Amino acid sequence: MKSPAIEIRQLVKSYQRGGESVPVLRHLDLDIAAGDFVALMGPSGSGKSTLLNLIAGIDKPDSGKLLVSGVDIAQLSEHALAHWRAQNVGFIFQFYNLMPVLTAFENVELPLLLTPLSASERREHVLTALQMVGLQDRMRHYPGELSGGQQQRVAIARAIITDPRIVVADEPTGDLDRSAADDILHLLTRLNKELGKTIVMVTHDPHAASFASHIQQLEKGLLVHAIPTH
Amino acid sequence: MGSRYFLKLIFRNALRQRLRAALTLVGLVIAVMAFGLLQTIVQAWYAGADGASVNRLVTRNAISLVFPLPLNYRDKIRQTEGVSAVSYASWFGGVYITEKNFFPQFAVEPISYFSLYPEYRIEESQMREFLHDRHGAVIGRRVADVYGLKVGDVMPLRGTIYPGTWNFVIRAIYDGAQPSTDTSQFFFHWEYLNETVKKTIPRRANQIGVYVIGLRDASSGAVVAQRIDRGFENSLAETLTETEKAFQLGFVSMTEAIVVAIRIVSFLVIFIILAVMANTMAMTARERVAEYATFKALGFGPRFVMSLIAGESLLLSLLGGAIGIALTYPLAREFGLAMGTLFKSFTVSSETIGLQAGISLLLGVVAAIVPAIRAAQGSIVDGLRHMG
Amino acid sequence: MAIPFSYTLRNLLARSVTTLLTAGGMGLVVFVFATVLMLEEGLKQTLVQTGSMDNVVAIRRAAQTEVQSAIDRTQAAIIENQPEIALDRSGQLLVSKETVVLINLKKRDSLAPANVMIRGVAPVGVVGLRPQVHIVEGRAFKPGSAEIITGRSVADRFQGAALGQRLRFAGREWTVVGVFESDKSGFESEVWGDAEQLMQSFRRPVYSSMVFKLRSESDFAILKARIESDPRLSVELKPEGLYYEDQSRLLANFIKYLGLTLSVIFSLGAVIGATITMYASVASRTAEIGTLRALGFTRSNVLWAFLFEALLLGGAGGLLGLGLASFMQFFTISTMNWQSFSELAFRFILTPSIGLKSMGFALIMGAVGGFLPSLRAARMNIVTALRSA
Repeated sequence: MKSPAIEIRQLVKSYQRGGESVPVLRHLDLDIAAGDFVALMGPSGSGKSTLLNLIAGIDKPDSGKLLVSGVDIAQLSEHALAHWRAQNVGFIFQFYNLMPVLTAFENVELPLLLTPLSASERREHVLTALQMVGLQDRMRHYPGELSGGQQQRVAIARAIITDPRIVVADEPTGDLDRSAADDILHLLTRLNKELGKTIVMVTHDPHAASFASHIQQLEKGLLVHAIPTH
Repeated sequence: MGSRYFLKLIFRNALRQRLRAALTLVGLVIAVMAFGLLQTIVQAWYAGADGASVNRLVTRNAISLVFPLPLNYRDKIRQTEGVSAVSYASWFGGVYITEKNFFPQFAVEPISYFSLYPEYRIEESQMREFLHDRHGAVIGRRVADVYGLKVGDVMPLRGTIYPGTWNFVIRAIYDGAQPSTDTSQFFFHWEYLNETVKKTIPRRANQIGVYVIGLRDASSGAVVAQRIDRGFENSLAETLTETEKAFQLGFVSMTEAIVVAIRIVSFLVIFIILAVMANTMAMTARERVAEYATFKALGFGPRFVMSLIAGESLLLSLLGGAIGIALTYPLAREFGLAMGTLFKSFTVSSETIGLQAGISLLLGVVAAIVPAIRAAQGSIVDGLRHMG
Repeated sequence: MAIPFSYTLRNLLARSVTTLLTAGGMGLVVFVFATVLMLEEGLKQTLVQTGSMDNVVAIRRAAQTEVQSAIDRTQAAIIENQPEIALDRSGQLLVSKETVVLINLKKRDSLAPANVMIRGVAPVGVVGLRPQVHIVEGRAFKPGSAEIITGRSVADRFQGAALGQRLRFAGREWTVVGVFESDKSGFESEVWGDAEQLMQSFRRPVYSSMVFKLRSESDFAILKARIESDPRLSVELKPEGLYYEDQSRLLANFIKYLGLTLSVIFSLGAVIGATITMYASVASRTAEIGTLRALGFTRSNVLWAFLFEALLLGGAGGLLGLGLASFMQFFTISTMNWQSFSELAFRFILTPSIGLKSMGFALIMGAVGGFLPSLRAARMNIVTALRSA
């Protein structure tokens, strides 16, 4: 097994609801190897999305260790965490979350604005990424002018534009029909195989999960078991 | 649908975006208040003319007001057919402490003058005191209030037309018979002025500014005015006689540009708040596209959806209008005091209240028109898709 | 700023109705604000340009205006013989003994009566003392005749005041033989004629004021002290420029205070409009904000993006208001000056400084209106914001 890209120890997270503390993750341990493609599955309320958010650094745990590429992101300040996200994580959402007022090109370019790259360098990167997802001819279109599958491909291009080590995907096919979903899943597999991205994907669809190399099943805030898919 | 249910729905809808509703309401209150205040200013401007009577004539020098008339015109005017009484007044133009304290000051022949102006109410005992004191003065209630003066106080006025500092003793304070009566004036004995002038500038003695004329028959004003002016044609000082109202309006018309500007601005504030209000309703309706579609899917007609929006808009605008109107009174009172005696009277008229209420209603209706039509025409399927 | 300009701008354009209404509201406020400043500027320029700082005006003490002032011939002779007064090239004293009276004329369009100032001047009062006055139509009046010249705004707006027409006042017919201009100053709202002729007709044995030039400006203080302490005279001296500035103070202050008070009150309405708009903008883009934050944009990036949007909104309102206000330059306003009781015409004047002030005012309105909503946007929790998609 390769060295772990993500190392989680005794992770605890709970939410306040109506003055009561509702535990979501209870002392969870998990290792994800670099270059792995993991699907997190489980019924709703099992804590799979919370776990994904914590790995992506958009939420903070109550306690426990959360090492990503050797950095304990639970200890980072909010400002440092933002910079860390910009460099290390790519996001793919169920509803694509593209800026409706920006073109496909500009949406992909957005994360690069946080880097010191020049405009021409940015253009080069964006074109490469759009080529990779096969949407170079649609770069001047606004999200509203694209199909769901195309929008998700733009989102994938945006997720990899800064060349992050980890890509997190929250139900990336949840809003797509079967054939568009398969396109997206093939694309994710390519990211994993050809570019070596570590991918963590939350899904409730066994078909989508079958594209991953491992499946982690969560129930009531704990890992139930890990299933290798191949 | 029961009207109670409908009203409940409108109330709850209006309260959904509490912050937005509160902000819109504050905007409405400010606008309605500002409008009311500006209208009151415009009316105060005309107050002199409103309070002026068509039963009195004013005769002045035909060249302009700064030219005097000889005192001996008095008898000829009195003998003119249709004239019941004659009095006269001279503009004094003194400064009380500083130039900012502006109020009109007249030297008058007191007995005839105050009998021509029954709307200036003076206590009999005070009037007697004033008539006995050559240096006495009568001031209006506003002058007394603004400068904190009372009977017995000495008021020094620095003459701009008649040189020197003149010390007057306040002997009487007059009240207005009506709220619109001008109580920002200062009167003193013309005899006192004339005797002083006789000693210092003899060539200006026995001259008066204007004659005020009482009519035997109120409807004969125009005829009598012509008769008086004809009597002095080709004399040393030709006269111009008009009703007191026309005379005052002549003054107002000279500063009309400012009044017009204030009028325009008072309507601009309505447009400003209309933009805010229309925006609020447009945003509200846009956010509720799915709900409106649901209502329609359930079988409610487009009329119902329109009245939901219009009802909410009217609820906001009328509530804002009501609060704005209520606050106009204290605002106008404070503003009137701050402005001192610049305005003759400063009261919020019922006409202003009516306008404010009408405008609130109009704002509510106009702001709702476009969103209501859009919501009524919107397709149910497109609307439901907004559910997200 | 990390979040691109086009994102902010296109968000405004995407909500065109709301943006237009909000900017429109602010535009109207800026319009009021700019117009007031333009009016004040116009009034100031009109009256300041009227008088020259080299000329001295003598009026009776405490009279405040020429209309209320009187200087008799004995007093005039004493003043005229002061050694500080300059001579022109032909050796004539640069003194104009003037008579100023108000006459009632009717406006050409509305027939409403207004007080117009008639100034009787010595010939030297036109040429030697007021070089800014130019006869643009006809010629100067002949001394000793019933001829008058009218200022541009009197000639344009009053019945019988145009070139070749006649005015009847003081028992005589007066022929308008010329029309003059003087850099849009207050003199253009006056009628000028021969002082002695006018005094005879009005049966006024005294002058109203005297205007003269000094050999050297530095003599003013000495001359003022000497003349004002002379027991035979009871006059005061003022530089002509200052005299006219004082004349407009009351009106200028009135316009300024009323206008600025209104602008501030109205701006509350516009700021509320901007706040509502920006709150709605933030609310409807909650998921976008969450996404931006997830992508690595910081809270302050988000704060600035929204604040910038509000500033842009204010800027648009400012341009709109200034655009409207600039049309006001085509208008002339005329009103009675309370201090002299005479009709005065002046224009709306837009200066670069007024433009800057108005834009600043608009941007401040935008910033104030956008501050709280931007803060709300910046404070959002990423996970909660993303969930609102």
